[in-house]
This record gives sequence, C-alpha cells and structure tokens, in this order.
Amino acid sequence: MNRYSAFSLLRNALSHNRNWRAAWRSPEPKKSYDAIVVGGGGHGLATAYYLAKEHGIRNVAVLEKGWIGGGNTGRNTTIVRSNYLWTEAALLYEKSMQLWEGLSQDLNYNVMFSQRGVYNLGHSLQDMRDIERRVNANRLNGIDAEVVSAAELGKAIPCLNVSPAARYPVLGASLQRRGGVARHDAVAWGFARAADALGVDIIEQCAVTGIDVSGGKAVGIQTTRGPIASDRIGVVVAGNAGVLAQMADLRLPIESHPLQAFVSEPIKPVLDTVVMSGAVHGYISQSDKGELVIGAGIDAYNGYGQRGSFPVIEHAMQAIVELFPVFSRVRMLRVWGGIVDVAPDACPILSKTPVAGLYFNCGWGTGGFKATPGSGWVFAHTMAHDEAHELNAPFSLERFSTGALVDEHGAAAVAH
Amino acid sequence: MAAAQPNRLPRGGRIDRSRPLKFSLDGKSYTGFAGDTLASALIANGVLLVGRSFKLRRPRGIVGSGAEEPNAIMQVGEGAGAQPNLPATRVELRHGLVAHTTRGWPSVRFDIGAISDSFGRILGAGFYYKTFMYPRFLWKYYERAIRLSTGFGHAPAAPDPDVYEHRNAHCDVLVAGGGPAGLVAALAAARSGARVILADDGNEFGGSLLSCAEQVDGAPAADWVAGVVAELRGLPDCTLLPRGTVLGYHDHDFLTVAERCDVGEAADRQDHARPGETAERLWRIRAKRVILAQGGFERSLAFCNNDRPGVMLASAVSTYINRFAALPGRRAVVFTNNDSAYRTALDLAGARAAVEAIVDSRPGSGGELAARAQAQGIPVLHGRVVCDVTGKKRVRGVRIAEWGGDSWETIKSTIYIDCDLLAVSGGWSPAVHLHAQAGGSLDWDETRLCFLPAQARQSHDSAGAGNGRQSLDECLADGLRAGAEAVAKLGLAPAAIEAPAANSAGQLPIEALWRVPAERDADRCPKQFIDFQNDATVADIRLAVREGYRNVEHVKRYTALGFGTDQGKLGNINGMAVLADALGKTIPEVGTTTFRPVYTPVRFGTVAGESVGGLYDPVRKTALHEWHEAAGAPMEVVGQWHRPWYFPREGEDLHGAVARECLAVRNSVGAMDASTLGKIDARGPDVVEFLERIYTHNVGRMKVGRCAYGIMLGEDGMVMDDGVMARLGENHFYLTTTTGGAANVLNWLEAWLQTEWPELEVWLTSLTEHYSTIAVAGPNSRVLLEKLGCDIPLDKENFPFLTVRNAKLAGMPVQLFRVSFSGELAFEINIASQFALDMWRMVMEAGREFEIAPYGTETMHVLRAEKGFIIVGQETDGSVTPVDLGMNWLLSKEKDFLGKRSLARPDCLQEDRKQLVGLLSADRRTVLPEGAQLIEEAVRAGATPVPMCGHVTSSYHSACLGHPVALALVAGGRARKGETLFAVGPEREPIAVEVVSPVFYDPKGERQHV
Amino acid sequence: MLLIECPWCGPRAETEFSYGGEAGIVRPLDPDALSDEEWADYLFYRANPRGAHRELWNHAHGCRRWFGVERDTVSYRIAGSFRLGPAGSETGKGANTERDD
Repeated sequence: MNRYSAFSLLRNALSHNRNWRAAWRSPEPKKSYDAIVVGGGGHGLATAYYLAKEHGIRNVAVLEKGWIGGGNTGRNTTIVRSNYLWTEAALLYEKSMQLWEGLSQDLNYNVMFSQRGVYNLGHSLQDMRDIERRVNANRLNGIDAEVVSAAELGKAIPCLNVSPAARYPVLGASLQRRGGVARHDAVAWGFARAADALGVDIIEQCAVTGIDVSGGKAVGIQTTRGPIASDRIGVVVAGNAGVLAQMADLRLPIESHPLQAFVSEPIKPVLDTVVMSGAVHGYISQSDKGELVIGAGIDAYNGYGQRGSFPVIEHAMQAIVELFPVFSRVRMLRVWGGIVDVAPDACPILSKTPVAGLYFNCGWGTGGFKATPGSGWVFAHTMAHDEAHELNAPFSLERFSTGALVDEHGAAAVAH
Repeated sequence: MAAAQPNRLPRGGRIDRSRPLKFSLDGKSYTGFAGDTLASALIANGVLLVGRSFKLRRPRGIVGSGAEEPNAIMQVGEGAGAQPNLPATRVELRHGLVAHTTRGWPSVRFDIGAISDSFGRILGAGFYYKTFMYPRFLWKYYERAIRLSTGFGHAPAAPDPDVYEHRNAHCDVLVAGGGPAGLVAALAAARSGARVILADDGNEFGGSLLSCAEQVDGAPAADWVAGVVAELRGLPDCTLLPRGTVLGYHDHDFLTVAERCDVGEAADRQDHARPGETAERLWRIRAKRVILAQGGFERSLAFCNNDRPGVMLASAVSTYINRFAALPGRRAVVFTNNDSAYRTALDLAGARAAVEAIVDSRPGSGGELAARAQAQGIPVLHGRVVCDVTGKKRVRGVRIAEWGGDSWETIKSTIYIDCDLLAVSGGWSPAVHLHAQAGGSLDWDETRLCFLPAQARQSHDSAGAGNGRQSLDECLADGLRAGAEAVAKLGLAPAAIEAPAANSAGQLPIEALWRVPAERDADRCPKQFIDFQNDATVADIRLAVREGYRNVEHVKRYTALGFGTDQGKLGNINGMAVLADALGKTIPEVGTTTFRPVYTPVRFGTVAGESVGGLYDPVRKTALHEWHEAAGAPMEVVGQWHRPWYFPREGEDLHGAVARECLAVRNSVGAMDASTLGKIDARGPDVVEFLERIYTHNVGRMKVGRCAYGIMLGEDGMVMDDGVMARLGENHFYLTTTTGGAANVLNWLEAWLQTEWPELEVWLTSLTEHYSTIAVAGPNSRVLLEKLGCDIPLDKENFPFLTVRNAKLAGMPVQLFRVSFSGELAFEINIASQFALDMWRMVMEAGREFEIAPYGTETMHVLRAEKGFIIVGQETDGSVTPVDLGMNWLLSKEKDFLGKRSLARPDCLQEDRKQLVGLLSADRRTVLPEGAQLIEEAVRAGATPVPMCGHVTSSYHSACLGHPVALALVAGGRARKGETLFAVGPEREPIAVEVVSPVFYDPKGERQHV
Repeated sequence: MLLIECPWCGPRAETEFSYGGEAGIVRPLDPDALSDEEWADYLFYRANPRGAHRELWNHAHGCRRWFGVERDTVSYRIAGSFRLGPAGSETGKGANTERDD
C-alpha cells in the first residue's frame, strides 16, 4: 500500500501521479475463504477490515454485486452522533464514535470526519423533557451531551429561526459536540483500501445468488462468478437483507422503505454545525464543498426503488425553510433516494441466525452511516467468535420474540 | 448607448434596442437591452472573464448560453432579495440589476488563490483523501480553510421577501420543451382536442429556432414560431408555460414544473416579486402522455487549456450572435468534429468577425456546409485538431496539429493561429434527463455518438433533438410524429396537420473524437478539462482509474466529475468517453451515471410553496380560545393545538399562577378547557364486542350511564392511548382520547373495523370539534353547577362518580360527566361548540363568589401528578405496559384484547421492568428535574458508564402538599418503596430521592366520590 | 407521487391516502395458543418482497375507507386495487377466509 501523506502527494506529483497504486486490487474470487462478507458497503468493508485487523482472519472476501459504497453508504446525509437514549444503543453508537475519532489515521485515508457538533431541536415541552432525559442518560453513559437554550441556539446558529412566534417555536436543543459529519464515499474507499492491504479480497460485480446450507450450517455461497466455499458468512446488505435471508430460508422483521435526501448548490459557508429536528421534520448540514445537505422523511410505503415521492421532499423543504427562512432563495440541485431497512424498534439486527455460521447485520433504518466502524467492529467480533460482543448482544433476532426491544423511535432522526 | 456596448452588432437579434437597461457587475456599470440575458449583455460589453474554477482557481469565461453554463455563476440582487448561484446565461436582464461574480479574491480578475494552479499536480483527483490527516487535531483547521475557499454565492442574510405557490394540474399531453419538435407536437395534440400543457425553459417559445438562421415554411423561423404560439394560445385547452422548467419526472407520470413569475416589464422588475405577487410557481402535473422535447446539449472537446476564457461552445457563439446580436470575439477559430459548428462559422462571418479557420478533425472534403463556408472564404482545415490554447485570461491563439485518429498518441502542432475566440463543437447529447428520471433506458448510438432515449418506462415519448434528431427538418417531422402518436394513444381523432418544411442542409456524420492528443502524454500535458466547474481533467480520470476507481460512479465521486451546478450537462459524456478509453471499454459498457431530479436547480422556496411561516401547519384552536387569549394565557403547543398553559394574574409567573390555580381546585373550584381531548361516538349492534377487543377492561359489564377509565394497547402490549369512555346506550358509547392521539386512535379503530373485523357492525364518528368540554373541578363544583341551574339532581346518590347524564345547564343542553382528572369532585360539561363560550362565561360568572380559577395545562398536570395519574406520552414512551404502570386491575382475564398476548412474552414478565412509582426528594424541597436519570449510588463523575435504573417522568412543586412530588419509572420500582435512589439532572450533582407510592394526594380516592 | 385508485372514489393522488402495510396479515384467533415465536411472527415479520406486494391503503382524506392495492415495490407500478369487506369481495385484510366469527 502506498502510504498517503503530504509527502507522498509531493513525491507522486513529481512523477506526474503515474505511480499511485490501486487503492484496492480487483482479484478473481478464490474457491474458498475463511470468511465471506456479503455486501461491499461501509459496514461490510469495515467488518472485513476488523476481521483482518482485530481477529487475524485475513483470508476474507467482500462480495459486492455492484460497486463498493454504492448503496446507502453513498446516499446518506453523513451525520455521525452517538447521543442515543437507551444504554444498549448508546454504547454501540459510542463505540462507533470512538472509532470515528481515529479513523482517518487508522485507515491512512482522510474520511474528513468533522466534529462540528449535532443539535437536536426541541419544539414542545415534551420534546424538552425527552431531550433532558436523553442528555442525562448520555452523560451517565459517558457520552458528551448538553442542553442548549433557545437563546444560546440563536447565538450559535445565526441563520436558525428561534423566534417564539414561529409555528413550532424552538424551545431548546440537545448538543453533542463530538458529533458531526464525514465524507461518505471516503469511508467505503478507506476501509476497502485498508482491508485490501491486510489481504482481504474485495470483489465487485459479484452478486450472490444462493446461500448453501448443509445440516443447519452455512457452507458457502453461489455467486454470479461461481460458487465460493466458506463456513463463516456475514451478510451486510442494507436494502436487500430480506432477499438474502430468503436464500437461507430465514425471515427478518424488517421492512424496506425509500428514504430521500437532497443537496443545494454550493454556497459560501453559512452553517457550521448539524441541525436535526424531529418535530419540524428535517435535518441539515453544510458539506465542505458548500452544499446544504438535507435529509427528508421516509416514504410510508415499502419500496426498493431508490426513489420516493415528491411530497416528502416538499415537506422536508417546508421544514427547512421554517427553521432557516434565509435558505428560501438557495436552490436545490439534486434529489436522490436510498432504501432503508427498518426494524420494529428502529434498532439494528446484529445477530447470529438459526443457520450456524450465517450472520446478519441489517435493520439500521436511518442510523446506519454513523454506525459504520462500530457495526463492522462488533460484527467482526461476532463472526470471529461465533458469539455476539456484549455491545451487540442486545441486538439479536431473539428480542422480537422475547419482547426485549430497544425502542429508539424517539432518538432516531426520522419518525418511522 | 450602443457605443458603450463594443461587441453589440449593429442590427439583428431579439433584443429591444429602444429599451436600454442599466446593470452592474462587481460594482461596474454597463448597459444592455431588454431581451438580453445577463450573459449576452456582458458579452456585448466585452466582458468574458466571469469566474474562477473550484480547485485551481483558473480564470474562466462564459462557455455556454443556457443551463450547461459551468463558469458564469453569479450572485444576483442584493439584501434579502439576493439570489445566489444564478448562471448568467439564465438571468433575464432587468433595469438596475446588480450582479456579482462569486469566485476569486480580491477579484475575479486578480485572484490570489490562482497560485493553486501552479500546484495543480499535487491537487490531483482525490488529493484531500491523502493528506490533512496528521496531526489529527489540525483537521478542523484545515477544514476551515478548505471551506472558506468553496461555494459560489451567499445565502441572503434576511428572510425571503418572495412568496411561492403550488398548483396542481392534469392534462392529456404535457410537452416539455417548446423548440421546433415541442411546438409541432403540442400543435398536433392540441388541434386534436387534447388538453395540452406546453412548458418551456426559456422566456419565449422557440428554443433553437430563436437563434438559428434557418427558415421554416419559407419564412424566418421566429415568424413560424410566433404563428404556432398564437394558435396554441387561442385554443381553450392549451396551457402555455413559458419560463416553465420541467424539473422532475416522477412515478405515475407525475411531473413538476417550476414557473418563474416575477418577470413583469423588464424596466420595473426588482430582485424579488412585487408584494402580493407570486415569485415562482411549482406546477404539480399528472399527465396522461408526456412528450419530451428538451433539445440537446452541445459538448465541448478535451484539449490542453480548453478552459481559457474565449473558448466557447459553438452553438453558444451562434446564439449570442443571432439571438442577442452580441459578438463574443472578433478573430475566431472554429474547432469541430461534426457539421453543426459550420453554421457558427457562417454566423461569425455574417457578423463580420474574422473566421481564421474551421478546424475539422474529419478527413475529406466536407459536405454542403463546408462548401458554403469555403464559398465565404473561410479556410477549412480538414484532418486537423486544436491541441492547445495560449492566453490566460483570454484566448490569444491556438495550436493546431494534424490528427491521425489516436487520442493517446502525442502530437506535434504545426500551425499557430492568433485568435480571441475558439468556438468548439464536440457533438450533441440529447437532453435525456427526464426520460431517464422516468426510468427509461438509454441506447448508445454509434453513428450519432450519443445516448438516445430507448425504452420508456412510463407514458412518455421523446422528440426532436432530444430524440437524437439533428437537422431542423428531422426535428419538425419527429415532433409531428410524437404528437400524432400521443393523440392516437389517447384515443382521440388526429387533426390534419402538415409537417413544416425547413431548408436544412445535408449533414455528414460526426467523428468519434473526445480527447485531443497533446504534445506530451496525457499525464504530463497542460490540463485538459472535462468538468470545468470542478476542475476534473482527463488526467484526473486516468488517475482515478489507476487507483482502482474504475466504476463510472467511483470515478465521478472521486474526481467530482458532474457534481457541479450544471450537473454534468457539459462534460459528463466526454468524461465517460475518456473513462472508456482508460478502461479499454466502449462508452455504453461504461454506462452513464444516474440522472436525478432536478433538471435545473430550483429555489427551496419554490419547492416549499405556500406552506411556510403561518401556513406551515394549521393551528387548531378551541371554541374558548379568544377568551383564553383575552385572559392573557400563554399557550402550550400540543400537536396542532394551542392550549392555555396557565392564567397569570398581574405580576405572577408560571409557578405563582400554577400554585394559585392548584389551590383553587383543591380548596374551592377551578375550570379548564378540555375541548382538545379526542371524542369519538361509537355505536352499532356490535359495538360492545368491538370495544371489548380494543380496550383492556370488561366493557360489556358497564351499565348504561356509566363511565370508565380505559386504556388501549398496541399489539405489542405497550400503552397506546387512554381516556374516559361512557356507555350512553345499550349499543352506544362515547370515547375520549388524548389530545395528541385523537386522530391516530380513530384511524386505529377504523382500521381494525374495516380490515380485520368487517363483520362487526359499528359506526365511529369523530366529535372532537363538534363538542367542547369544560372541566369544572373542586369541592365547590357541584354548588356552582347548581347555581347555574341544572334540570337534574347533581347529588352523590342520583349522580354518582363515574356516571354520565344528559341535562340542561343554564338552559342549554349538555352532557354532564362525573369524572375527575384531579381527584376532586368534578364535572365535565360537554356542550355543542357554538354554545361553549357562553357556557364558559356563565361558569366563570357563577364561580366568582367561589373565587373560581381558570386553569391551564400546567395545573392540570400538577393535579393529576399529585394523584399519580399518568399522561400517555409523558409517563409512557412506547415501551411501557399497563403492568408497568400498575394497571393490572384494568386488564380483563376473561377476554382477549389487542396487545394482551404480548404481555405474556418473557421480557414483559420480568420483575425488573421499569415501573411507575412516586419520588420524593430526600430534603422535601428540591423539585427534581424532569428527565433526570435515576442511579442507585451517588457515584463520582468519571466512572462511566453508570448503570441507570429509571428516570423522572413528571415533577412539580405541589402547593397543596407543600413539597415537590415526582413520578418516575424505576426498574422493579414497586418493590423498592422506601429505598433511596439518586436523581441525576443537568446539574450533575446527584439528588437523593425516596421511592414512594405514585399517589401523593388523597390516596384512598375519597374526594372525587363526594 | 403515486396515483392510487380508490375503489370507491377513483384515482387520486397519494397524498390523500395513508399506508397500512402488507395485506393479508390475519390476527390469530387464539393468541394464547401461540408460542412467543409464532406471536412475534404475526407482530413483526412481513414478507417485504422485492416485486409484487399486496398492501393496504386508507383513503384518509377522502372516503376514509381501507382497501387493498397490488403494487410492485421496485417499479412502483400498481396492478390494481381491491375492496375488503363483506362476502363477494375479498374479505378481511385481503385474504381472510378462515375466520368463523
């Protein structure tokens, strides 16, 4: 692996950038691997990376039916935070946050993790009670959090409308200063490059067509590039988890919905933090390139189309203009959609399955991007040890039968 | 005036020379004419350098004449009406227009950042992923610096003075694009009786016809346009939307069109629309058929320094000359791989510019157009290419080399020509955006070298240049075909219409030239730009491929190709061609990236429409609202409702008012507007059976005239809503719900009734708005009602607790409920909303002798908390069962009800589930913060995570008890009474609390029964 | 924005409707007889197919009636709408023929 640094940039510039090596190889799939990760999104690539790095399992393949990072990794609004209400979720996301904090250096790839703070606005007395409750819980869990008054918000975010005359006045907010945004594509590429350097085969254009199960154990998979044997298969395919589960005769308590987002044209810096509102539904940040990046709501219907309905965009826009009246003349440049897999409790499934050696990581709803490193880290542990790490133990499939759900609807940005 | 416009041609153009318009750019004044765009006026004034590139800060000039313009990105207007990021090519000139360039410091001409260009090699594709990592803490400073250099315009500092609206429309045929094909298609459809909407991006219809020198049906093209538009305007079912850009083609043939309305007479236009006028209108159109005729975009070519100001698209040069009478240069070279640019050469010659040469990469002697050019004395250099451009802030000349047909060989230039304008044509790409947005597929056409619309997925068809037609003749005929086919698909009788004839010259095929070889190899030669705005070059694409970013989406994301404000309209296809070369694939193998809405950028305000500010969400007010307001009550926002929060007297704050209101209820009487509670009338022969399945208690045992507190669960066993229900008749119930849950509950009941139990005959009617509810609570409530005059006895024996009676109160028909949410003797008066205000006033009047206090939501909360009554949504959060709340007594053992089975799941049976308890602060003085978390030991800070065993849901100072009270959910709480826990709130200093019963006041519940 | 055919009111814009999820999820007649897993299956597990999907919609801002729609979850194309309810049409949540009450 070429090490990336200012020096290497300079050195390569002298040779007209002709000596950069590929960030990851494009190997032919081998006949068998010690572990296979299905899905070359951020979570899958992170899983492979941590399998190699933390557990010494390097004979690993990541299979991607399209191009890596092409699903929700490349379609989200890149918000990173860990201020979740319930301890189970909070600790998982906080693990992820800690990995984020050193990720660029760990991967030697600048993922541009920008800890510019995340505000969650409250618009009613009950919102504020919920914010207090969550902030207090966050602090006891060792997660930075504070409650901010409307007046303080007005100073910190001058373009935010904190007028008490607003239809849903902003009464205050929670603030997680360590929260922020990152460059989504770079996360996939950085994990791919680092995993590749440890020996992981990243195989694009390789769709899984079947999962081979024998005697209740996973033994391999069928792909468009031939069969591949492995007794340890992790499936991390947001938007297609149900389809893959079917291949192993499993069912998942997941429904897939369109989730849309949009960006404005690049404008000069005007918003240097992340603002989310559950009640006036919208969330927004400004990318380093200057685009306002805005998340819309989930479409109510099931859909795999990677596109949603226009009224959802209109509603998000109304919310943004309501919160930020000065953005009304900024122009929307591009709208896109992804598929979110929503679990009944708005929490992920990171679990063993009834098929030995087959593991599923899915159901992240709107929370997936921020969890990328943490999800990979615990899922790698789960695959390596055939047992959940204590951080993901609460996120098993069993919880849907026992009733031990971790209901994070309040903390998820999008009400589903 | 014309003298001040050095590059204005003496005649011609669709400008009104009698109406000069003053405008300014970067503080310098200029004059243009009505009919100009900002870009054409600048060109007329000899201003070409208008921008700086994103990364390398290279000087950039106007390249195009429409939506493809990557460089001339302006801030237009000032103050609240300023509009960031408008391409000058799309700004209609108006009097007094103030524009600013958006890049370059201190100015666009002298930009200190231009030094970046010298480090161009370091700043290759993706360089930022490779650096700024060490040391870690510095990233935020790097980032700050990076951010300062990005972006174009500024968001205005003040709220938008403009208003916007949405309009819904249906039509038989929507025609997107009013150029030759679109006009003919619209005419064919409209004459056949179809309801037609014709939307065109431009300020007038005609598209390319407005800037071409050709004739249609023997007349100047513009005259033919005027005739067609006049006819369409006269047809009753034809809606014309000039300045209407079709933005998006969504599912089920739903399209959005942004119509710019704030464009009255040029002279009196302002930055924003006049008061009362709509600035922009978003049309939401459902079409039966859609004809996409948005024309095509001319491509540039990749050669060294192809971004220098003065290198322009050939078609843009023609447009500026023919439509705007503005001459972009006086010594021109035309460089092309196809025939269309010959017309530009002819246009230039016609405008008396010196055309030094037409450089045509194709070998051979050329066709009809070449002959015409040569006849005008223009030298045509066949088999040659422009390989480099000299000049920095303006083209000074071009180097020309012989072209052997291999893009990746090096090449030696043999000719140098001085010029100040290079008009380039790399061929045409049909505007397939909407076709692709609609889900249509694309086919690569190896002859015409472009992606053509192939299979449609919805009810659309493409026509004209957008369908790959090249000559005007072909476009007109294709438009007619599309119109006729739409008519046929609609089942209408087609009207007779003849294809208009144009005098199109025959065309020779385009040559597959995308990237011109240079004197050095592709990685070492001067920059060859693909995406001007983002500085994505041929070398960048090749670098991306070398680094393993081989998929088109990876290349796009790694190099930022196509991410500019033009969304790749100018450079995407060239980029794909270069990528295909680098990968050794064909262009169709590389494929395109996804075309996403919107076609061109649209204001946030336009998308938001009317539903902002006061119209963001309806406000619901009760029938008593005006009284509350007059009484000075601050409002609490509860869902859409505004409810009085408390009723302060002179000098009182929240706490003072609430303490007084509470004491009034406990000691005498108070009244509250409870009208926002959801009210549902349920009746029918099966109503008992139905409600048994919904509610947890035994509904059938209720006698007529009885009331009961009821809860309903979700199927997951969690408390969903609660309220009082009353049995008004054998088969007639009245249900109340929480304020926030009213609509959900009705929907929930209807859903079960209609989808699961359609055999049950039950009818549900919402009465929430029809009846208002006045709660009169306190020991004096009965005498107060008696004083008002009631036609039924109100004493305990005749009208006991938890019963309902019809009565006349103060002569008005009411329903009286003996229910209490305060634990006091209380009545709820249900009265038709139109009488509610009168009743309320009479209650207040009659209550004066008892010092009645109107009270708001806050007092209501305190009173109920003193009694340990829950509020759904405050004590519950979707994870709380009735057992957790100590409501086992409400759960029937004799029947099934929704959610019952879930209560038997292992986790719901755990002893350590969070349960509702009361809390008293150990010092009996501290009001616990709501939302405080509960821990078992007062641990020191730092040792995290600290296990939490519950949280405070409600907390108030109780005036009647003289100490604070709190409700909490505590793990295994019911078994922990008497234990001490610690509450951690924002102050972080743990507060010792004692776990007690949640019922603080009148634990035996005697007061409500009196 | 989808165009949905209400069986009573005709084709209307999606914004008039609310979505009710998969059709044909029949509430078990005797929940107590089910294992936790079987109950969870009823509660949480849905087909979530990539392709044809029979689903419930409610004409919330119209006649307020529930009905069924067959829609493709990838193309979003609607094959048709169907009524729920009394005999003669499809009953219950789309396919409830086993009920005896």
